[in-house]
Amino acid sequence: MTEALLNPALLMIGGGLLLPLLRDWPRKLFMLLLPAASLAVLIALPDGDGGAIQFFGMTMETIRVDRLSFIFAVIFHIAAWLAVIYALHLKDTLQHVAATVYAGAAIGAVLAGDLVTLMLYWELTALSSVFLIWARRTERAYRVGMRYLIIQVGSGVLLIAGIAVRYVATGSVDFERMELAEPGALLIFLAFGIKCAFPLMHNWLQDAYPEATVTGTVVLSAFTTKLAVYALARGFPGTEELIWIGAAMTLFPIFFAVIENDLRRVLAYSLNNQLGFMVCGIGVGTELAINGAAAHAFAHILYKSLLFMAMGAVLYRVGTIKASELGGLYKSMPWTAAFCIVGSMSISAFPLLSGFVTKSMILTAVAEEHLWVVWLMLLFASAGVLDHSGIKIPFFSFFAHDSGKRCDEAPLNMLLAMGFTAVLCIAIGLYPAPLYALLPFDIDYNAYTTTHVITQLQLLLFAAAGFAVLYRRGWYPPEIPSLNLDVDWTYRRFAPAVWDSALRLLATGRDRVLMPLSSFALRSATRASTALRPNGRIADAWTTGTMVLWTAVLLGLFLLASLMR
Amino acid sequence: MTEHLPALQVVIPLLAAPLCVLLRRPGAAWGVYAATALASLAISLLLFARTFDGGTLRYALGGWPAPFGIEYVVDAVNVLPLLLVSVLAVAVAIYAPRAVASEIERPRIYLYYACLCLYLAGLLGIGITGDAFNVFVFLEISSLSGYALIAMGRHRRALLAAFRYLVMGTVGGTFVLIGIGLLYALTGSLNMADLAERVPPLYDNRALHAALGFIAVGLAIKAAVFPLHAWQPDAYAESSSAASIILAGAGAKIALYAFMRYAYGIFGGELVAEVLPLGRVLLLLGVVGMVLGSAVACFQTDVRRLLAWSSIGQIGYIVVGIGLADPAGLRAAFLHLFNHGLIKGGLFAVVGIVLLRTGGTSLDHFAGLARRMPGTFATLLLGGLGLIGVPLTAGFVSKWALAQALIGAQQWWVLAAMLASSLLALVYVGRIIETAWFREPPGGKAAPAAPGMSATVWMLALLTLWIAVDSSAIAGVASHAAQTLLGGAP
Repeated sequence: MTEALLNPALLMIGGGLLLPLLRDWPRKLFMLLLPAASLAVLIALPDGDGGAIQFFGMTMETIRVDRLSFIFAVIFHIAAWLAVIYALHLKDTLQHVAATVYAGAAIGAVLAGDLVTLMLYWELTALSSVFLIWARRTERAYRVGMRYLIIQVGSGVLLIAGIAVRYVATGSVDFERMELAEPGALLIFLAFGIKCAFPLMHNWLQDAYPEATVTGTVVLSAFTTKLAVYALARGFPGTEELIWIGAAMTLFPIFFAVIENDLRRVLAYSLNNQLGFMVCGIGVGTELAINGAAAHAFAHILYKSLLFMAMGAVLYRVGTIKASELGGLYKSMPWTAAFCIVGSMSISAFPLLSGFVTKSMILTAVAEEHLWVVWLMLLFASAGVLDHSGIKIPFFSFFAHDSGKRCDEAPLNMLLAMGFTAVLCIAIGLYPAPLYALLPFDIDYNAYTTTHVITQLQLLLFAAAGFAVLYRRGWYPPEIPSLNLDVDWTYRRFAPAVWDSALRLLATGRDRVLMPLSSFALRSATRASTALRPNGRIADAWTTGTMVLWTAVLLGLFLLASLMR
Repeated sequence: MTEHLPALQVVIPLLAAPLCVLLRRPGAAWGVYAATALASLAISLLLFARTFDGGTLRYALGGWPAPFGIEYVVDAVNVLPLLLVSVLAVAVAIYAPRAVASEIERPRIYLYYACLCLYLAGLLGIGITGDAFNVFVFLEISSLSGYALIAMGRHRRALLAAFRYLVMGTVGGTFVLIGIGLLYALTGSLNMADLAERVPPLYDNRALHAALGFIAVGLAIKAAVFPLHAWQPDAYAESSSAASIILAGAGAKIALYAFMRYAYGIFGGELVAEVLPLGRVLLLLGVVGMVLGSAVACFQTDVRRLLAWSSIGQIGYIVVGIGLADPAGLRAAFLHLFNHGLIKGGLFAVVGIVLLRTGGTSLDHFAGLARRMPGTFATLLLGGLGLIGVPLTAGFVSKWALAQALIGAQQWWVLAAMLASSLLALVYVGRIIETAWFREPPGGKAAPAAPGMSATVWMLALLTLWIAVDSSAIAGVASHAAQTLLGGAP
């Protein structure tokens, strides 16, 4: 039992709950030291299972340290620490508590040795993270948060159901590799899938992340989905369905990211796309592929945090994050712009930056299995990443058409957080060996082969050059409408007409079909729910006559049933 | 002395009621009630210690031996309900002085405590008696004092709520009486253990079926089982804060206990589930209740009404567990009966604190309060998460048991409904939490929370937390209870 208490997750959660007792600089110091202390505990933990406790007659292994869980736990600690620096200026106790508990829960889930422990932390991540959305304190944030919470807890409920089915059928709650055909495994798979934002289960991500607070989004982007990636890598490596799910995930968000105006929402779509690479790698399931997925998750958490930090800083200073209202901010926020570009180049997998050394592992693993269709899909998606995250994000916020907005540079703590993250992105890109040493399997892999570098550079330069040429010629619309924003000039070379009409179709589809459909659904739901509202037929006080009538009906039916028997 | 414990469990509160009336002074009346509640709790704990491992205590009232005289029986089946009632009674005792002073007119306070004593005697009596007719007597004692407690609520609306409850409660009581009458006419006995032996040969007798029907419907009214629930939201919402704790926490639960005792302890699982379709009817009512109850709760604007509707949903879980008619289902029903009673009692106690502080119980009155009263609202959060059934809360313990029972019985649709209802619970709990933590509080004046009221809230919250962390004792008793009931003899 005492051994079970020496758990980094409990340290983080307990520390988080203590935060309201502290004020000002002691609290800041405490917040900065907490992830470091927790990381030290993690490193000191012996390999293997530990922290066994009894629960309902089941033995729970609350701690399992092996190479797969270790790398995720390490990056979660780093992300938590960077997020603390980024949020250091904040006085909102509730957000600090929620963020720390949330990070602790994610760490605990990754270290969970059995499904029940996983489920406990799984639910805790959902419950603690919603406060980061609600903390915006608007009616809209409340509704978004509620939707987010329902879906997240729904995932937890599916997980519980899957575990229960599994437990009743096999008597075991071990968290090891599963086959989809095993009892309960499909439910567990779906639970993971929701949290991992599989296609058609992804909407919560784009819905919720952009609505969270400036600092909240940074925290949110790091944990929930990567926890799901870990869970998939642990439970379902080599499951073939994941290859196609992952490939689809890399592709479809691109189109939505292109027509989106809210830049944090663009990042949410691109988060979805990046997850696709990891899911695909897990589906391939070879040692190189799993390594690639883990490494990509590691790098991804850093550069995605960096991008969300930069956009958060813009939102914090300017008050909006709409692409159509921003532009020319590099004069006001040069440092933020520089860090943002580092993040953009990382996510676009420029050589010498972190995305390159990790993403190429997944692509190589896919190629080694001769999955050429998937490989092409991933390659196309990589070009798409450059477009919406690599160029669109920094270009529309910091350059492009000058919006005339002038503001202060981001606060010092934000700059520091971004600076550290940017340094890490570059360091991993330049010298990936320490990261490779952390990976679940031993590898001898070199990202900087001539083929890799040339292929990637061709892809990037081709796409970027297209963008540059079009911009020089002034074909880029000076005034940017709120929708259909990113009429993508790179692709125009190949199929201008198709692209244009596809976009228009998408936009009209949204206006003509989805809007009426959703409003129809809303009206029907309202009509159905009137009975449930305080003065509705069901909820309002029934007359005594009605009540007695129901009593008689019930008794009559029962007597009738016993007669008919 | 100790061999008289079963009798004292009921006699002490029964005698305390006239004592309250004689003493008349509010402080003295409270003292009598508090002493009674503490004594009840002590006795329940002693009884629990003797029976939690499956033992049975029998006590012949007045020295008349069992099949002829009235017998009190304590076994694994009723220790949990008895414990729940006594714990909530003590909670009310700690809570009452401040709450009652602000809600009840001073000249009536001694009557209020007298009613509480009677209500306690009624609930404990239903719980402890081994005599079928005696159940009806105590049912009426608890009901009559319950009507009076509700009628003493803050508004004149409370009178209407009490009257509606009175009509329905009387119908329910009469139904139970008719059922017992039929049973007596058929078997010539009123002792539960004796009845359990005389009933099985009569399984084809239509009068016996009618008896089961009348008793089932009558107790379903008392337990607010959907669709016989309509008296309940008003009754809970209009009663005074102190009384609402025990009304909402224990009132319906004891009726559910009595239902299980009758259905499985007397009529037998075979009649309920195989000969007659009562088991399936219960599953259906439970499913509709838990989905509709939770759905209506999502739309309520008054927190007490919201909690009352949530109770209708939560009672659906217990009803489903009863309807499964197997050991796992009954075990889950017992667990949820106990856990939900504690959780709901605690939540109503929190609402009472808010009422004292802001003068109302609508959601608007909760705006931003969590930042002013973080301690109290931490318990609200804990209780709310328990209603949803989040892991590491007491609610999860019982829902996990129910989910296992449903999977074991292959009732997939019921399982799906239960999960859907949990998500609905998330919505109504989320509404309260979001309002309390993130809305701007209305300006200025606020009465300080009374230490006694906070103590109650914390006591109940810590109890649920303890159950969540170490549920082995409670789960063990629930298993024994299920086995005892399905084994036949009470």
